[in-house]
Amino acid sequence: MATKKTSSSHPAADAPKDPTKRDFLAMASGAVAVAGAAGAAWPLLDSLRPAADVLALSTTEVDLSKIPVGQSLTVMWRGKPVFVKHRTEEEIAAAKDVNISQLPDPETDDVRVKKPEWLVTVGVCTHLGCVPTGQGMTDNKGEFNGWFCPCHGSAYDTSGRIRKGPAPKNLVVPPYAFLNDTTIKIG
Amino acid sequence: MASTVYNPNTKGWKEWLDHRLPVFTFMDHELNKYPTPKNLNYWWNFGSLAGITLVIMIMTGLFLAMHYTSSTTLAFNSVERIMRDVNGGWLIRYVHANGASMFFMVVYIHIFRGLYFGSYKPPREVLWALGVVIFLLMMATAFMGYVLPWGQMSFWGATVITNLFSAIPVIGDTIVTWLWGGFSVDNPTLTRFFALHFLMPFLIVGVVILHIVALHRFGSNNPLGIDIKEKKDTIPFHPYYTIKDMYGLGVFLCIWAAFVFYAPNYLGHPDNYTPANPMVTPAHIVPEWYFLPFYAILRAVDFNIPLGFYTIEAKLGGVIAMFGSILVLFALPWLDKHPVRSARFRPYYKWIYWTWIIAFVTLGQTGALLPDQPFYFIFFGHEVSFGIKTITVAQISTFWYFFVFLGVMPILSKIEPVKALPYSISNPVLTAKEGK
Ligand code: HEM
Ligand code: FES
Repeated sequence: MATKKTSSSHPAADAPKDPTKRDFLAMASGAVAVAGAAGAAWPLLDSLRPAADVLALSTTEVDLSKIPVGQSLTVMWRGKPVFVKHRTEEEIAAAKDVNISQLPDPETDDVRVKKPEWLVTVGVCTHLGCVPTGQGMTDNKGEFNGWFCPCHGSAYDTSGRIRKGPAPKNLVVPPYAFLNDTTIKIG
Repeated sequence: MASTVYNPNTKGWKEWLDHRLPVFTFMDHELNKYPTPKNLNYWWNFGSLAGITLVIMIMTGLFLAMHYTSSTTLAFNSVERIMRDVNGGWLIRYVHANGASMFFMVVYIHIFRGLYFGSYKPPREVLWALGVVIFLLMMATAFMGYVLPWGQMSFWGATVITNLFSAIPVIGDTIVTWLWGGFSVDNPTLTRFFALHFLMPFLIVGVVILHIVALHRFGSNNPLGIDIKEKKDTIPFHPYYTIKDMYGLGVFLCIWAAFVFYAPNYLGHPDNYTPANPMVTPAHIVPEWYFLPFYAILRAVDFNIPLGFYTIEAKLGGVIAMFGSILVLFALPWLDKHPVRSARFRPYYKWIYWTWIIAFVTLGQTGALLPDQPFYFIFFGHEVSFGIKTITVAQISTFWYFFVFLGVMPILSKIEPVKALPYSISNPVLTAKEGK
């Protein structure tokens, strides 16, 4: 650093009496410059976060009376599909009859539903975000009879829990509330 | 830089200008006086081809941008309008779309050339590293460009790739939301990808300039991998290599034109002519061919990696492996310390190199197949299959990809014999242990 004695005749180039002082000044002004640059970059990077209108996206209401037992409806919420599944007795039984300590993401069926016949999940694979198949009657529901993700082969069960494949987590249960017996509000 | 003698009376405008802005001195220095090894073969054409391709991509991209609209409701149709209504729009788009494939083909060959002839070795480490930076920037640019037509593959490719960042522990989801500017790939994502796709090629131009500055510091490597010893070893770049580069360019443009005019969609995917639908994922999403090897590495890690104190989940492991497969290239000059550059004079590496190339190409094929289906490839019109699952083949190839760099190269640096090398480029008499 600026501690070497130079042969220049210019007085400013002479070694200072206390070299650490000059180093300190150089480092301090460098630090201020970095902090200033970071401060200037912040509003630019911050502008990329979801804007107010995106955050304000409305909630979605679903009329459950239109969904017969054994079928499932896909609704859009925040630009993503949400699966609303009217489960059969067998599907509920299958979801409960699982040794949860064996699961990649252990959760009982009870904590994933508000009423056992209704399973509400975000229809986005927790691996890399594809939409799993299994909503249609003739769709491939995968090995565990819930949903199957075509992208890299993740299989979900009738509680939307990950059972096989690369996805690490169960299908996400979005915040929702029963407005009455036949209507839910998601969001 | 060669000096021009100051003469205030110079008559010609060239001298007048050159004195004030030494462009002609510069060109004379870099082209006429720049000594180039006289033994460069056609593998040395691909750097200039890459540069010219970059210029063509910027030109066609600029004119496409004049007709394109980056809004989720309009993007797909604006591209269709370019194809049907804009005068010659189909041509500009097909040149640009196929150009991306041509660019990667050229740069892959350019990189493999460097790997074979040891162009990454001292003193060209920084030159090599700048090349890897260019490669990373190219990948980012091509990925974002592919999102712009807003077809099904655009949308789902963007979704899967941006979701890779959700694998980062703790802050992953926040990062993904920030990248998207929302809760899914949507309008804010498309507009920022367009802005970045426009910007990044110019960043590439900047790094290419540094790449060439670094190249001209020590000059080109050559097929023998030995240094220039005497003036006889070299010829001026111009006209000898300018003409050779132009010949190569002609051949290359014929191939490019053949795709544009006879098979413009051969390298693309039909699903991308379906408008993006956030509610339905296509049954089989695949990236563009030039990303397949890296996509295969991503999928090859389908198991958790327990480290004792921490378990890396399969998803994170795949992402680390994928980025690692490119980042490892930066370390190459330090992993391969064997004194001989060219594989021609490396009895073991010569073969290892080809096993690595086979692993890389195999990875590409596994990337195109579903993980659980039996692996196969087409060989002269015949389907060849050994009944092994695709994922298994991908795992073996991924292992070999990394092991060559991290295991074989350091070992060869120690045990591979240093054979006799030619005395010089123009005097190819073998002299023992003339490494550098
Ligand atoms: C836009 C992409 C690129 C452009 C325009 C470009 C351009 C060039 C040019 C004009 C040359 C001199 C001619 C030649 O030796 O072929 C060169 C040399 C070289 N490039 Fe690149 N390059 C690109 C990408 C890369 C990449 C991705 C790598 C490696 C990862 C790389 C590594 C090298 C090396 C090591 C040399 C020196 C080769 C030698 O002299 O043997 N380049 N590049
Ligand atoms: S995105 Fe569903 S398995 Fe990868």
